[in-house]
Amino acid sequence: MTVLAFTIILFAGAYTAGLIGSLTGLGGGVVIIPLLSVFLGVDIHYAIGAALVSVIATSSGSAAAYVREGITNMRIGMFLEIATTLGAVFGALLATIAPTHVIAVLFGCILIFSAMNSLRKKALHVLNESSPLAYKLKLYGSYPTSTGIIQYGTKNVLGGFVMMVVAGILSGLLGIGSGALKVIAMDNIMRIPFKVSTTTSNFMMGVTAMASAVVYLQRGYIQPGICMPVVIGVLLGALTGARILIRSSPEKLKIFFAVIITLLALQMIYNGVTGKI
Amino acid sequence: MEKVKDKDLQYVIGNLLRWGVWSSMAIALLGGAIYLYRHGQEIVNYPRFEEQDHDMLAILKDIFHGIAAGHGRSLIMLGIILLFATPVMRVVFSLIGFALEKDKLYVVITLIVLTIIFVSIQGGLG
Repeated sequence: MTVLAFTIILFAGAYTAGLIGSLTGLGGGVVIIPLLSVFLGVDIHYAIGAALVSVIATSSGSAAAYVREGITNMRIGMFLEIATTLGAVFGALLATIAPTHVIAVLFGCILIFSAMNSLRKKALHVLNESSPLAYKLKLYGSYPTSTGIIQYGTKNVLGGFVMMVVAGILSGLLGIGSGALKVIAMDNIMRIPFKVSTTTSNFMMGVTAMASAVVYLQRGYIQPGICMPVVIGVLLGALTGARILIRSSPEKLKIFFAVIITLLALQMIYNGVTGKI
Repeated sequence: MEKVKDKDLQYVIGNLLRWGVWSSMAIALLGGAIYLYRHGQEIVNYPRFEEQDHDMLAILKDIFHGIAAGHGRSLIMLGIILLFATPVMRVVFSLIGFALEKDKLYVVITLIVLTIIFVSIQGGLG
């Protein structure tokens, strides 16, 4: 295959991954890795490097709008970034010693978990009072809605923090944004309103992915020839997805993709177990 | 007063993120065009991954030498480095913002995050 053909195929694949990632809320990173490693035969290490770079691009790009609207809670984000960046550096170091087939199997499992999680109904809850520790750390805030400004508090800071370390490790090890785990930490454990937790999780991804991407860069995982079409493709795909989402709420599409992604994940686990990756 | 400053910080950081992403993408795209123009017809050959150990300064030096020699791949790398710098700059701007708001607790928290990033750039743990 010529470099030109390879680049065009990568770009098309990355665009699709970005589109699916943003429609399902899974994120582009999670879709691009199986696509590169299962279908295009790219070494999983290069795939992880390219995915991390694309996670930085999409999260920074989409975070920009939410930050300006004042939905993102920058204090909660900054506090939890201590946990995610620590985890991410640790995860990236783990990735350099972990055998490839273990990474593939673990990736498959996380992929299935994320796909199932994307189908979960999001409960709307707003906590009025913060726990004493959350209050001390100023982990509360308000966000604008169509019906006015909503005030909220948080609780269970330590539980959320620990979950964020895990999210960071998986992000650094697998080259994904770990959006699903981050939202669980903020949504289920710390009881932050859904809208705030998704946008804040997105906001945190850039710095989390960067903390491990630097380690990957120094180890030679970042290949410019692979990264360029992947990053641009994922970014444009995610932008297209965001446009479609504004117009419709594609529930059926979500189920369809969850099934496809589960199949991809099973394929990855199979390849990992049989040592084909 | 604090409310107003939080709003200003949101505005600055939102713009910083947007510009960081778009300018790094523009540079990577330009580098990609040069790379494809020069190497587009060659056969793809990515060897099995081999562990390397470069430090950040050597990587930056390589990139600038490559750009001076007109390598598209080095220009793509410059775009990627700029993309890496975007969230770091965001953290630095938050630090300035929290300092202006005299929020000592969050100045400390932000400094911890910066330290972790700095250690990972230094590769001190590797």
